[in-house]
Parts: sequence; structure tokens; C-alpha cells
Amino acid sequence: MKLIEHHPIESKVAGLRTEEMLLNMGPQHPSTHGVLRLVLQISGETVTDVTPVIGYLHRGMEKIFENRTYLQGIRYTNNIDYLSQMINEHAFVGAVEQLLNLDVPRRAEYIRVIVDELQRIASHLVWLGTYLLDLGAFTPINYCFRDRDEILEMFETLGGSRFNVNYMRVGGVLADLPMGFLGRLEKFLHRFIHTVDELEELIGGNEIFEVRTMNVGRMSPELGIAYGISGPCLRASGVNFDIRTFRPYSIYPELGVVPQVEVSGDAFARYQVRMNEMRESVRLIQRAIEGLPGGPVRARMPHLLRPPKGESYYTVESPRGEMGYYLISDGSTNPYRAKVRPPCFVNLQILPELLRGARIGDVVSVLGSIDIILGEVDR
Amino acid sequence: MKEMFRIHDKKCEKVTEKVRAGLGQRFLSLSLLAYDMVGLTLSPESLLETAEYLRDTPGLEFQFLSCLSGVDRQDRLEVVYHLHSLTAGVSLQLTVSLPNDRPEVDSVTSIWPGANWYEREAYDMYGIVFRGHPNLTRILTDDEFVGHPLRKSYWTEGGLV
Repeated sequence: MKLIEHHPIESKVAGLRTEEMLLNMGPQHPSTHGVLRLVLQISGETVTDVTPVIGYLHRGMEKIFENRTYLQGIRYTNNIDYLSQMINEHAFVGAVEQLLNLDVPRRAEYIRVIVDELQRIASHLVWLGTYLLDLGAFTPINYCFRDRDEILEMFETLGGSRFNVNYMRVGGVLADLPMGFLGRLEKFLHRFIHTVDELEELIGGNEIFEVRTMNVGRMSPELGIAYGISGPCLRASGVNFDIRTFRPYSIYPELGVVPQVEVSGDAFARYQVRMNEMRESVRLIQRAIEGLPGGPVRARMPHLLRPPKGESYYTVESPRGEMGYYLISDGSTNPYRAKVRPPCFVNLQILPELLRGARIGDVVSVLGSIDIILGEVDR
Repeated sequence: MKEMFRIHDKKCEKVTEKVRAGLGQRFLSLSLLAYDMVGLTLSPESLLETAEYLRDTPGLEFQFLSCLSGVDRQDRLEVVYHLHSLTAGVSLQLTVSLPNDRPEVDSVTSIWPGANWYEREAYDMYGIVFRGHPNLTRILTDDEFVGHPLRKSYWTEGGLV
């Protein structure tokens, strides 16, 4: 495809001619957060159509899963959605546990929820910082990455690595919380709850931010459901759909999750939902710490798992939506089929619907607001 | 947790009865797969009308297509649809088996627009043809790519990827 093509079209105003043209955005645009190419069809300042071109980061993850044992597979989930590794791991081990029909020790479930929610905060912080950076505000990313770094350092004490933590295991977690972890976590939460307010004060009242996000990229709930959108994007359109309450898993029913819903469905509502979710996550972690029971953190498991023949579809609520695994076991050591249910792959699909008729300046604002991770779109 | 399972079981029973009543003899099997997952197997011919029935019937309302996967069972190919009903609070797994020599099935993009990219992915990875799809082209691999990588017969060097 040529980069720019000109098609003269008739204008309603006599004597004025406007041209429709194709404009290439990406594959390496700073605000695409990965390698994504958008072919924009524009008429003057108005976007008439968008075609996302994906696949630049395709690594054949699903084929890799078929050629690894279940234990080895956990490590690869880290690279699918590289901003929410813990939640990816949880989805994968949950699917294997469903195949095995296995009960996980309660302490392990609590630890899983604690790290899941920490991960959600970290992921939303990256989204917030980079989104504001896309819109031209440099300050917030410094605050966001400061707190995210604290979370990553805590993860390092758990699994030995900041990013590819590889902490969850089938039947529990790798090891118990290290000494001093809970104290550090409580101190962090105590400070962080004020940081969210600070960030909201810094960003929320800013007129430029409001103008660029309010009434931009509006999505109706019917459209969102028809397209299978999930996560904060759908909740910002007024649909109370959260996997933590819809298909409850782990100990979430006991903690009492309150899904954060907004009704206006624009980019600003998505921002509000994510800010409120960070507060909700803090509350959930605090409740989990209060109720943290003692006991083992891992069920006794053989080193080489051979789940019985069967299928399982296990989904969790990732920071971007419904993240899940559809596993088929043929009784051998490797999964026969491991299909990832990728939230971003589905959420990105709605981009043309949101952008048709929008101004070209809103493209970045809308694209950033749906929060895509290209590693997960392309797998 | 136990109480929650019981609530879900009741919901699943209701959905199962409704599907059985509405579809008559037009399905191959109907069972409970997990505590909140109803399993339904269909022949490819009855897919579209069943999908429409599942989406539009009050009490079922499976409007949310969660996942669409291709599966290579070696003797046949399968397309598996995972659906959520936000009103009934139940999920449904719909399976359609296709012969190896002519893997063709109707596209469900007219019923769930979100199936568009999923079907392109299944076409790309398994070579399953979705009749009536608006733009059935490769999506994750390159346009010039040859073969369907997730098929079991696809060559991989030394057996490892």
C-alpha cells in the first residue's frame, strides 16, 4: 500500500475542493505503545475510516504452549501481556487447576489476590503515565512510575525478577511472602491512597485534559457488548461487567468486589474508571491482608503434571478486560491446545467504530484510552 | 464458595432447559461442563439459526462473544465459541466440528460483530473458511505466509518451537 494516496472528492461548497487521503500511522509511532500500524483515511481534519494492521509482534505463543509442559508454560504467559504478568499467570494456572479439579490452599489464594491487585495498580499507573504523555503532559509519568517501581521492587522480592516474575504455580505460589513484605506493602498502600488523590488533583481538573477526553471516542453499551469489549472500557459505558463478580474466581466473592462503573462512555469515563479501580484495589488488598490465613502456600503436586483428558475455560479480570485460557488436555504432559482469550485483541477491534467521524487530533486520545498491549494483541 | 456453585448450578439448569426446549432436535449434545459453563455441540448447518436463537431469546441473551477458537483434532477441525449471558449470568461453550477436507462454516459476524478478527485468526492459523465473512484475510501472519501454523501437521524444526 502506498503511504499517501489522493482521491479528489466533490465538495458541497462550490469552488472548494477537498481530497480524501490515506495516512499511515506507525508501525513505530510513539503513542502506539508497541508495534501497531493504523491506516487512517482522512478527509480534511476528519477521520472517515481506520484500518488497524496488527501482527508485528506475533511470536506464535499458542504453538509454543503446545510444545512446553504445563509448568514451563507459566513462564511464557509473562510475555503475552507484559504489563500484567501476575494476572496472566493466574489465568493460566487457574485453567490448569480446573483441568486437574484441584483445590488451592487458602493462604495461596490470598497471596494471589494481593499480587493480582498490586499488578492492577501497576498496570493502571503505566497506562495513566503514558496516556498523559501522549496527550502532552510530562509530569504525571514521573509520579506514576515512582509508585509502579515500588511495586516492581516488591515483586522482585517475591520471584527474583521485576517483570517476568514467574511466581504462580499450579496448586499455589512459588514461595511464601518473604519477611517484611507485608509491612512494606502496608506502608506503600498507606502512602499510595493519597497519591491517587494527588494524581486526580493534578490531572482531573486540567482543562486541556478535559477538552481532549470528554465526549471523545464515545462508545454505547450495546456496541460494546456486541463487540465483546470488556474491562474498564465496557464499564465506562455503564455496563456492570467484571469477571471478578460475573464468573467469580479465587477468593474474590469473600472480599466483596465493587465493580467501578461510569456512564458517559467517553475517554474521560475510562480514565475515571481506572482511577477508581486503583482505589478499589487498595481496599481489596487491605481486606486480603486483614484476613490472610496461615498454612501452606502450595498443594503437594507431582513435578510432571499429566492432567486428565478434558477442557477448561478459565478467565480472570485483567487490567484490560477478560483475560483467559481455553486449555484442552489429551492426558499428556503438554497442553493439546492452549488458546488465549486476549482482551486487547478484542478491544482494539472497536477502534474504527470509535474513530469514524472524529477529528484527526483525537486519534491518539482514543487509541490511548482503550489501553492496548500489542504483545497480547499479536501473541 | 459452595453456596455460589449451587446458585450457578440452578442458573445453568434453567438455561439448559430453555435451550433444549427451543432447539428441539437440532443439537448433537447438551451438557454441563463446569459449574457455570453449559456445553452445546452443533452440526455446522444449524449454527447460524441457533446462534441467533441464543442471542435473541429472553432468558438466554448470549450477546457477549467471549472467545472463538479453532482446534485441530487431527481427524477433524473444530470451532469453539465461548459465550456469556450478562443477564442470565451463565457461560456457554458452543462446539462445531468440521471435516478436514472441507473446513467451511458460516461466519457469525452478522450476529456478533466481535467475531470478525477471531474468525480471521482461525482462518490464518487453521485454514478454516468462514462463509460470508466481510474480509477473510490473514491477520497475525504476513499476507504472503504459506501454511496454517497451528495445525498439528505444520512442520516445526526438531519438534520444538
